Amino acid sequence: MADEQTTLPPDDPVRFYQVGSFAVGNRLQPLDLRTVQAAQDRPNALTCGHRACQGCGEALGARYALDAAVRATDGRLVSVNATGCLEVFSTPFPETSWRIAWLHSLFGNAPAVATGMAAGLRALGKSDVRVVAQGGDGGTVDIGFGCLSGMFERNDDVLYICYDNEAYMNTGVQRSGATPPAARTQTTQAVGPEPGNVFGQGKDVPRIAMAHEIPYVATATVADLHDLEGKVNTAMGIRGARYLHILVPCPLGWGSASKDTIAVARAATQCGLFPVFEARDGEVVASTPIRRLTPVDDYLRMQKRFAHLFAPARRDDVIDRLQAMADRNIRRYGLLEEAAR
Amino acid sequence: MPVQIEGSQAVARAVAACRPGVICAYPISPQTHIVEGLSALVKSGELPGCEFVNVESEFAAMSTAIGASAVGARAYTATASQGLLFMVEAVYNASGLGLPIVMTVANRAIGAPINIWNDHSDTMSQRDSGWLQLYAETNQEAADLHVQAFRIAEQISLPVMVCMDGFILTHAMEVVEVPTPEQVARFLPPFHPRQVVDPDDPVSIGAMVGPEAFTEVRYLAHHRQMEALEVIPRVADEFREVFGRDSGGLVRPYRCDDAETVVIALGSVLGTLKDVVDERRARGERIGVLGITSFRPFPRDQVRDVLWNASRFISLEKAFSVGIGGIVSSQVRASLIGHPITNSTVVAGLGGRPITKASLHAMLDRSARDELEYLEFLDLDRALVQREIARTRVGTRSGPAAENMLRDLGAVRSTPH
Repeated sequence: MADEQTTLPPDDPVRFYQVGSFAVGNRLQPLDLRTVQAAQDRPNALTCGHRACQGCGEALGARYALDAAVRATDGRLVSVNATGCLEVFSTPFPETSWRIAWLHSLFGNAPAVATGMAAGLRALGKSDVRVVAQGGDGGTVDIGFGCLSGMFERNDDVLYICYDNEAYMNTGVQRSGATPPAARTQTTQAVGPEPGNVFGQGKDVPRIAMAHEIPYVATATVADLHDLEGKVNTAMGIRGARYLHILVPCPLGWGSASKDTIAVARAATQCGLFPVFEARDGEVVASTPIRRLTPVDDYLRMQKRFAHLFAPARRDDVIDRLQAMADRNIRRYGLLEEAAR
Repeated sequence: MPVQIEGSQAVARAVAACRPGVICAYPISPQTHIVEGLSALVKSGELPGCEFVNVESEFAAMSTAIGASAVGARAYTATASQGLLFMVEAVYNASGLGLPIVMTVANRAIGAPINIWNDHSDTMSQRDSGWLQLYAETNQEAADLHVQAFRIAEQISLPVMVCMDGFILTHAMEVVEVPTPEQVARFLPPFHPRQVVDPDDPVSIGAMVGPEAFTEVRYLAHHRQMEALEVIPRVADEFREVFGRDSGGLVRPYRCDDAETVVIALGSVLGTLKDVVDERRARGERIGVLGITSFRPFPRDQVRDVLWNASRFISLEKAFSVGIGGIVSSQVRASLIGHPITNSTVVAGLGGRPITKASLHAMLDRSARDELEYLEFLDLDRALVQREIARTRVGTRSGPAAENMLRDLGAVRSTPH
C-alpha cells in the first residue's frame, strides 16, 4: 500500500464514476478513510459460509457494521444477537460464521442482555471491552422495544444496531411495526379493497431513540457502505447508549431481484422514503442529501410487495400518500439542501 | 453476631456478602425490600465494583443477569409471582445456557384474581425450568441458602432459585446470624465461569441446535441436576464447618424415625407443623414431618428412605396442579414406586390464608380416623363455593366469580396495602 496520501480537489465537479455510482473510488481515499472491507486484514467478523439468501441486505450490513466496530475497538468487543434471520443463518450449530465473541439469548431481550454485559464488564474492570447488540426490525421495534427503551433511558454503554428489512422475514414475511404502509406481507396480503399494510402512524424508532436524548442516533443503508462504516466508527468513539438503524433490503420479502439489493436501498434514499441522518443528544446534526431526486414510483416498482399499487389499476391515491411521506422526510431532514452535510 | 432483622434485609446482606458483580432490580411485592436493601448497600459504597441496574421489567432483569453472567460476572436478581411469570422465557434461557445466576423468589400467589400474599404457585410453575429450587424454612436458612446457592450454581454451572415465603419470611423480624463477608470469603471461591463471552477467546454461545443434538443437550441438563444431588449436601456440610450451623441440604426429617404418618411440606409452614407434631407426639401418636429443602433436583432416594417404614404420607402443599391436584405428592409417589403407602394431598395456605395449628390438628384427626380424601383443601368454605356453583347453573350471565364470592362474604376479609 502506498504511504502517500492522495489529496482531492475539494470542489471538483467531476466525481468518480468508474463504478457507475456516486461512490468515490476507495483507492483514491486517504488511508484512514479507506473502507474497512478493502483492507487485506479486514476482521471478517461475519465470515463466509453462512446460510443467508442470495442478495441478503442484512448479511452485507452486518459484516460491514461489525467489521467497522472491530476495527474501531481494536477487537475489544463482545456482541449479542436477537433471534432472527441473522442469528439463524449465521449459527447452525456446530458451525458459526462469527469470528467475534457472540451470544444469542432470546428474540426480545438483546438490549437487556447487552446492558448486563456492559454492567458485568464494568464490574470485572474490563471497561475497555465494548458491547454491540444487534437485531432485526421485529426484535427491535416490536418484541424487544421495552428492553430497547430501558437501555436508552439508562444510557447504558451499548451500541444497538437494527437491521431493518421491514417485516418478520425469518418466519416467512409477516408484518412488523416497521412494515411500510401498503406493503404486502403474509399477514397484510394484497387482497380486498385496500390491499397490503394499513396506513398507521408507523413506528419510527430512530426518532423515538432521539426522544430519549441518547448521545448518538444514526440511520444508514447498504447502498452507502462507506457511510455505514463511518457511523459505526463514530458510534464506537462515544460512551453511552447509541442506536444505528440500517435499511437492509430483503429480496425474499420485498420481491426484489437479488442483484438489486443495493440499488433498491439507494432508491429508498433517493425518493426520500428512507432518510439518512445523524443525531446527537436528540438533535439532528447531519443528513445525507438526495443526489438525484426520484418519485417514490421508481422505488416501489422494483419490489413485488408493492406490485398491487400498479396493477391491475394504478392506485394513485395510495402512491400519493406514500409520496407525501417521502416529501415530509425531505422537509424534516432537509434532504434537498446542498449544505446538509 | 445474631441480630434482630427483617428477613429481606438479612437476605440482602447475605447476598452482598457474596460480592455479586451485577444486581438487576425491578420492584414487586413481597420481594422489594431485598433489592431496596441491596440498592442502599451499593449506593453507600459498601459494595465497591458492584453494578446495580434498575431495569424496566422482570424480563429485562433476568436478561440483564444473563448478559452479566455470560461475560463472567456474578449475577443476582429477585422477584415474585407475576414477575416470575413475566420473565419465564428468560428463566428457561438462563438454565438452557447454563448460567449460574442466583435469584430470590419471595413466594406469592398468581392471579387472576390478583393476590399479593404467600403461596407456592409461582415457583411451582417453574419446576421444569431447569433451575435448582431451594426452599427456606426460616429467615436464618433463607440468608444461608443464598450463600450456598452461589456456591452450588457456580460449581455445576446452573442457575439457582432460593424460594422464601413472601411476607411470612420476607417481612418477619427474627434473630438471624447474617453471614459476614469474611465468612463467605472462606466458603465461596471467586467465580470462574465454565464459558464466557470474551474477545480474547471468541466463541459463539446460544446457537441453534436441531434434532441431531437437542435431546443430548437436554439430557445433560438433567444429568447436571442429578449431580447436584451430591453437590448440595456436600456444600451444606462445608457450610457447617465454616459457619457452625446447619442450613440447606436436600431434606429435613423431623421425628420421622418410627413415624407411621409423615407430613411433607416446603418452606415456612414447617415450623407450625413441627409444633403440631410435638403436641401429637406428646399424646403418643407416631407422626413426623419431612421438610423438602431441594425441590429441584428432587431427592428421590432421601425421600424414599425417610418414608420407607411409614404407612401414610400427607403432602401439605401451597400450590396445586389444577385438574389433577398435588404437585409435591406426585413427586413423592414417584420416589416410592412399588412401595405401598396411603397418601393424601392437602392444599393449604393459598393466597396467604393462614395455616393454623387448629386446622392442622383437625385435618390430622381425620387422617387418624382414615377419613382424609385423596385431595383436600384445608379450611375450604364449601358453602361459599356451592353458592357460586349454583349461580352458574341458573342463566348464562352469572358475573365475575371472584367478585360474587366476595359479595357473598359481606365484606372483604383483607385489603391490599
